[in-house]
Amino acid sequence: MKFQMKATLVGAAAAVALASAPATAIARDTISIVGSSTVYPFATTVAERFGRSGNPTPKIESTGSGGGLKLFCQGIGTENPDITNASRRMKASEFEMCQKNGVKEITEVVVGYDGIVIANSVEGEKVDLSKRDIFLALGKEVPDPKGGEKLVPNPYKTWNEVNSDLPNTKIEVLGPPPTSGTRDAFNELAIEGGCKTFDWIAAIKKEDKSKYKSICRSIREDGAYVEAGENDNLIVQKLGSNPQALGVFGYSFLDQNRGKVQAATIEGVEPQMETIASGDYPVSRSLFFYVKKAHVGVVPGIEGYIKEFTSERAWGPDGYLVDKGMIPLPDDMRAKMAKQAQSLKSMTGKEL
Amino acid sequence: MSETTAKVRKSLARRYRQEKRFQAYGILSIGVGLLALLILFTDIIGKGHSAFFEHYIQLEISLDRDVLGVDDASDDEQLNYANFGGVIKEALRERFPGVDDRQQQRQLYALVSSGASYNLRDELKADPSLLGGTRNLWLLADDDVDLYLKTPEKKRPEARLGDQQKQWIEDLEAAGDTEKRFNASFFSHGDSREPELAGIGSAIVGSFFTMIVTLCLSFPIGVAAAIYLEEFAPRNKFTDFIEVNINNLAAVPSIIFGLLGLAIFINLFGLPRSVPLLGGLVLTLMTLPTIIITSRAAIKTVPPSVREGALALGASKMQVVLHHVLPLALPGMLTGSIIGMAQALGETAPLLLIGMVAFIVDIPGGPTDPATVLPVQIYLWADSPEQSFVAMTSAAIMVLLAFLITMNTLAVVLRKRLERRW
Repeated sequence: MKFQMKATLVGAAAAVALASAPATAIARDTISIVGSSTVYPFATTVAERFGRSGNPTPKIESTGSGGGLKLFCQGIGTENPDITNASRRMKASEFEMCQKNGVKEITEVVVGYDGIVIANSVEGEKVDLSKRDIFLALGKEVPDPKGGEKLVPNPYKTWNEVNSDLPNTKIEVLGPPPTSGTRDAFNELAIEGGCKTFDWIAAIKKEDKSKYKSICRSIREDGAYVEAGENDNLIVQKLGSNPQALGVFGYSFLDQNRGKVQAATIEGVEPQMETIASGDYPVSRSLFFYVKKAHVGVVPGIEGYIKEFTSERAWGPDGYLVDKGMIPLPDDMRAKMAKQAQSLKSMTGKEL
Repeated sequence: MSETTAKVRKSLARRYRQEKRFQAYGILSIGVGLLALLILFTDIIGKGHSAFFEHYIQLEISLDRDVLGVDDASDDEQLNYANFGGVIKEALRERFPGVDDRQQQRQLYALVSSGASYNLRDELKADPSLLGGTRNLWLLADDDVDLYLKTPEKKRPEARLGDQQKQWIEDLEAAGDTEKRFNASFFSHGDSREPELAGIGSAIVGSFFTMIVTLCLSFPIGVAAAIYLEEFAPRNKFTDFIEVNINNLAAVPSIIFGLLGLAIFINLFGLPRSVPLLGGLVLTLMTLPTIIITSRAAIKTVPPSVREGALALGASKMQVVLHHVLPLALPGMLTGSIIGMAQALGETAPLLLIGMVAFIVDIPGGPTDPATVLPVQIYLWADSPEQSFVAMTSAAIMVLLAFLITMNTLAVVLRKRLERRW
């Protein structure tokens, strides 16, 4: 009896192994792309156009920036992706991981910018926020409102307690959870940006970096900041039903939903294509993709895809990516990047 | 009247009331369930029904040889590189003369979908005699235009279009040059960044291949395991251990199977990511416990007298199983498998980890082509910024629900038809 059982198990294992054996040998003729969900709408648009001109359409997975880089740096060979998208720059540690796994030559391409907006329903009142207001309203621990260099758990309940110019409404902000790249950027640019404006907190950075980080990159957990999931669409829909709440999401969602939501100005600057591209709008970030040079020529079409992405009709100021909500690079930067990308210039690791 | 009877009389009304209340609770529970279902369906159908239709714009298009750059319409090579966008732009400029500003022209061109030039190409391919002539043709409208035409009159001012664009659309609508048609491409196209071109075709084919792989692996393995455990295995600690583990596996969150698939099939066996073969293997792991458990239950319902009768007539144990037990238990096994497959069809979590959350335009040709599945397509669309994808998401959910309802109904019908009462 026991023997029979064993035979079944061995049989099952053999069946699985057989099923997998031929698949390993399959050479890939479609480009495999992974990475950031923020870059995903732009990369897929390029891929689709690229596919229509007679090439196999690249396969694009939305894995998040960190997950994408991890897959990308796993090694050389067609089982690994050729390109990864990122909504932040590759970290030095990730570059090292790539090097260690034999992914020596990597080309970095900056494709454009994305702004993070704070918006509310058009039925609500349009607000102007400073980074300091954002920090005071959403930080986990904030300087004591009574004065002094002391931190207290965030006591503010309404916006006008934070800043008397703001309306007397409850602080209620819907935003992405910590796993999201948007949240990372929001923490770093908005919360930390406001936090730094207190000189004595900024001074902590020199003494105790981790303490500074825990003060300036933590968001309150008492219900004023509602984690609404990775889905920015859901945040937009929720704002429609709750005119008092504010939402945090990417610029492309604002662009697609004008008429439903209005953006708050930050430090007096309206989030617009021009202000984000010029850097005047304070909460914006660059978008990247990374190419594995060893795969160029092995997997057909990589060069064509890069060329399509970095062509004026795609990422130029009149290009189709702009219609999808991407903010283009300035002209000189675009020209430089296009050249760098098409000649597949390798990173040295020093620029990170 | 005896004392007991009096006691019973006294409590009778109370007990009747109790029973009534008990029944009312049951009805109430069913009511709550039905209400939830009704809300879900109304919401999904309310949001999704509009995605089954799309708008077309009629334009007078002159298929000019010079603008197109084509002198022979039967030459595919020439057609592939023809400037169809150019003739559409020209037609739009002629329909709305006096638009000279570059910015305004861009807005004007945005009325027609970027996919319209492919429609035009197919049209010309089908009828090469059109070349050089002028024809009234229906072109696919852009998703924003489509959405605008679908919104009721009083909500239109909020739409995401410029005032000028709204004016143009109103003009077209008033002239009868817009038409609502059934959105057939929703079922035949793959994913797209343009909502008006996107469809669930590649996701359905991907789901189909994934399900085939799952069925081919999990049904035989599941049934074989169930027969062995139920008919041949000795009752000892080891088989008890296996039984506990199978029941346990049925309750394991599905994402764990995804992790397992990632570790074993991708990292160890080197299977490519994002292919239905891999998805099928992972879902097999997930549905196996369900199939084993239901198959065992089906075998248990076969009365021992059938087995004993066959044994008494000299059949071997294997003959008893193959000739008598299996045919009698098969309807139950099939029902269990269909329910297991329905579960697998609606599963997303394990597929997230093995790369099936991917943008797939081309329709997969086999189980080793990159593919996505229906629930994952829903997940992807739900996360897309374009407003039209909200309706598309709900429409895709409706299609998925239709498949699930069909499969579950089939399971019930099969059971009713083939079941034997003893």
